[in-house]
Amino acid sequence: MKCRKISQIVLLIAGITMISYGAIRGEASVVLSKAIKLCMECVGIG
Amino acid sequence: MDKGKKLLSKKTAKIRGWIQAAATLLTNIHITNLFKGKIYQGKTKTACVPGLNCYSCPAATGACPIGAFQAVVGSSKFKFSYYITGFFILLGVTLGRFICGFLCPFGWFQDLLHKIPGKKFSTAKLKPLRYLKYLILIVFVILLPMVVTNSIGMGDPFFCKYICPQGVLEGAIPLSLGNTAIRSALGKLFSFKCLILITVVVLSILFYRPFCKWICPLGAIYSLFNKVSFLNIKVDNSKCVGCNQCSKACKMDVDVCKTPNHPECIRCGACIKACPKNAIHYQFMGNSCEKINSNSQRQTTDIN
Repeated sequence: MKCRKISQIVLLIAGITMISYGAIRGEASVVLSKAIKLCMECVGIG
Repeated sequence: MDKGKKLLSKKTAKIRGWIQAAATLLTNIHITNLFKGKIYQGKTKTACVPGLNCYSCPAATGACPIGAFQAVVGSSKFKFSYYITGFFILLGVTLGRFICGFLCPFGWFQDLLHKIPGKKFSTAKLKPLRYLKYLILIVFVILLPMVVTNSIGMGDPFFCKYICPQGVLEGAIPLSLGNTAIRSALGKLFSFKCLILITVVVLSILFYRPFCKWICPLGAIYSLFNKVSFLNIKVDNSKCVGCNQCSKACKMDVDVCKTPNHPECIRCGACIKACPKNAIHYQFMGNSCEKINSNSQRQTTDIN
């Protein structure tokens, strides 16, 4: 039970840290630029 | 008091269809765009939605997490996505595959298809196919976009391009209906993806959630967190009489008594509804929904 709680906290902190680090290094803008344009591959244009 | 006790878990399971409908609506809030044949381009698309929902859907509120991951690892600037991996970890450790059962639009779509009357088949004998989704995750979502790149170092989103039926269902179909330029550009790849969509639709009528069980890489990711997630399913052994009604009710082929938080469990609550002794309930951060409810019941009794 204790081990489970520790892993939950570690994962929670890791998740928040990775999101913040990714956003700081500019990944969020890559996501936005892809998401606001028509994804040719997704819709089957190629 | 025993009758009024508990039931928060049961109630949650009972209104699952409504929660799925609301989640689908929130994930695709820009409904008017469906008739305009253009996609929403606002800043909320910087964030990902929890379920599988194509960002080329005209109504999409946010980015598809699987598409976004491939976009980042396939870009010339980055070879790994901390942003999306962190998102997967955060949501996975909070809810696990509750997202598949309650929040995913494509999961809801399959649930609705399975309600179509007709002969239904069990997937219990097809359990080895479960591992296919992990292979798809590793090969099509991670490795191929990372390794197979063009001259400027950019990789294709291989899963979105060759496997995902959501792009056709939510993207190509509404966009081509409202936009003649897109309609005229659809070719062989679209036909191939339509075939995949039709296959998934037919299989979903016959089997329960075939895409979630065998194909979905997002489900594969969330399944890794099912055993440690804050939200989980708890079986009260002091109440359990071993009737096995829970496992019989489980359409994801989980042995609920033995492994209530099995990676395949989508927390749909079918076992909670089926249990004649009310021995199964949702638990969040160690607090049982049953206890919360019985405490509030007790408080109400005290006030009265």
